[in-house]
Amino acid sequence: MIELIKQPWHWAIAGIMIGLTVPILLIIGNKTFGISSSLRHICAACFPANISFFKYDWKKEIWNLFFVFGVFVGGFIATQFLTDPNEMVINENTVRDLKALGVTDFSHLMPTDIFSFEQIFTLKGLIFFVLGGFLVGFGTRYAGGCTSGHAIMGLSNLQLPSLIATICFMVGGFVMTLLIMPFIFKLF
Amino acid sequence: MTNSKIQSTEEFVCDAPNNQIKKESFASNIKYMIVGIIFGIVFVKAEIISWFRIQEMFRLQSFHMYGVIGTAVVVGLISVQIIKRFKIKTLSGETVVIPNKTFDKGQIYGGLIFGLGWAITGACPGPLFAQIGSGFLAVGVTFASALAGTWLYGALRNKLPH
Repeated sequence: MIELIKQPWHWAIAGIMIGLTVPILLIIGNKTFGISSSLRHICAACFPANISFFKYDWKKEIWNLFFVFGVFVGGFIATQFLTDPNEMVINENTVRDLKALGVTDFSHLMPTDIFSFEQIFTLKGLIFFVLGGFLVGFGTRYAGGCTSGHAIMGLSNLQLPSLIATICFMVGGFVMTLLIMPFIFKLF
Repeated sequence: MTNSKIQSTEEFVCDAPNNQIKKESFASNIKYMIVGIIFGIVFVKAEIISWFRIQEMFRLQSFHMYGVIGTAVVVGLISVQIIKRFKIKTLSGETVVIPNKTFDKGQIYGGLIFGLGWAITGACPGPLFAQIGSGFLAVGVTFASALAGTWLYGALRNKLPH
């Protein structure tokens, strides 16, 4: 059993479990699924700075912070106790394309030639950590949700604004990956 | 009904709200942490936190992420329909409230901005937490920057087109 769990999980298993989060949160506590709101609650709790967008009773929404803390703990548990000893399998076309851009490490979930401590204070770090993170935080709140709140929760409830948001997420991702990223990698 | 009442007495609109009327103790929030833990394990085990899986998705070179998100939407859709059709109550006996999203141009501008960031970081906000938990501690910088982005949006909100 534990051997089976340690293998990488099929997309259908993951999809079913993520999809079930929607009714589980609704039924156990009338909570609407959405993860990026946690970033807003943290801002509201720690640095509201008299900004009206952060002046609300964040304690009423504290469930969301418990949830994301759980995601952090889940990441720890899965990596400490349930890791697959084999190298991850990446599509060979993706490996070829990324090698052409200059990525060299394909053995982990993240390429360590980008996502490591040594890169934090380099131009790479500035783009992949600081700029990337900033776009994620700014964009999700501007859009009123992320992949969980719009693509999964919103589409599950047949919300047109969520469909528009999801299409824009994908367009932004395609533009970055296919049009902008080649120029970014030329900088290093 | 319940929903409109809540929104009219309070101008704050949360995108992922707590619509339970009954107050919850600090300890009863542990159940959301447990759901989060399972969620985080799924993120790691299905390699959703992997930068490479996101690259495969945006290069149309793997079905994996489309399968994950597509299946999640179908399961969520069926669940929501069942809850609505059979008027299933929450554990504390309340009517399930699922607020509608209202359209504004933010979904377009913000959506495009988030998409750019998603492809660079290989993470939407959920996987960010799981990546840090997985030991990619440098992602803490990404997280701090995402907080800064959220904060700046809050500060500039009235000046941005919506």
